[in-house]
Amino acid sequence: MKREPLLHPGLNLGSTDEYAHNEAEPVIFGFWVFLMADLVLFAILFATYASMSVQGQADGPTPTDVFDLPSAFIETMLLLASSITFGMASLALKYKADGLHLVFWLGLTFCLGAGFVGMEVRDFWVMTQEGAVPQRSGFLSAFFLLVATHGIHVTAGLFWMIVLLVQLRVLGRTTAVKLRLMRLALFWHMLDIVWVCIFTFVYLFGVAQ
Amino acid sequence: MTHKHVETYARDFRSYCIGGVLALALTALAFWLVMFEILPDFERLIAISILAVAQIIVHFRFFLHISWYSHRDDLQLVLFTSLILFLMVGGTIWILFNLHERMM
Repeated sequence: MKREPLLHPGLNLGSTDEYAHNEAEPVIFGFWVFLMADLVLFAILFATYASMSVQGQADGPTPTDVFDLPSAFIETMLLLASSITFGMASLALKYKADGLHLVFWLGLTFCLGAGFVGMEVRDFWVMTQEGAVPQRSGFLSAFFLLVATHGIHVTAGLFWMIVLLVQLRVLGRTTAVKLRLMRLALFWHMLDIVWVCIFTFVYLFGVAQ
Repeated sequence: MTHKHVETYARDFRSYCIGGVLALALTALAFWLVMFEILPDFERLIAISILAVAQIIVHFRFFLHISWYSHRDDLQLVLFTSLILFLMVGGTIWILFNLHERMM
């Protein structure tokens, strides 16, 4: 079977909704450009962290002292699971005419995302109780800046999800709402990619060194 | 769903499943290497870096559906951004570690 050409990143609506599919290309490309710029922001925070985590410990705690690897593993699993459930929500948006599947998967994604943010806040709380506060050393400043920037992105994604759930209820599955959901999907999957870098280059590298 | 959509649904669904399984396996492997200190230190860092890059490619391919079939701009933009990221991160790390060594 011939592939339908992909007009934009993310799940293409294709022939299930030709009108929205054609509307999607410019708006989603624009959002894609924003996401690439957002990656540049994260890259600079990673570069800062890479040098600070080694050179900026200032006789304070080292990464091995403060990182809780099992907790990071659970957070990773929560965020990865939420990426997969958002994939299921995208499929529901494309193929299932009733709104129930979509709302169910979006709700599940929201719970997993909220669980991730909750775990992260708990980790930060434990760290500050141990005296590992941002002002303690360059390493900790860079750590909190990088990981909290990601956490704030996820939190923004959660608020965005609530807004879209309300819009789905009030406006229904209009083209505009569909395109917004598709952009949120890209945002969500991109945040998972950033988290892959965080758990590898922050948590695993910190403990492995 | 029409017959055609049943086929595309199966393919789209499979894409997310393959991506999910691969991502879970790569994540578990990386944590396993570090938690149980499987390889010598340096090799372990190289191994988890490679696993991370592999997982990023999996996410782009199966969750974001970026592939050679994409509209050209999308893939080119990812590759160009990767180049910029590589220059900025690599350059920063190179310069700062070099400076750090000279200051010791």
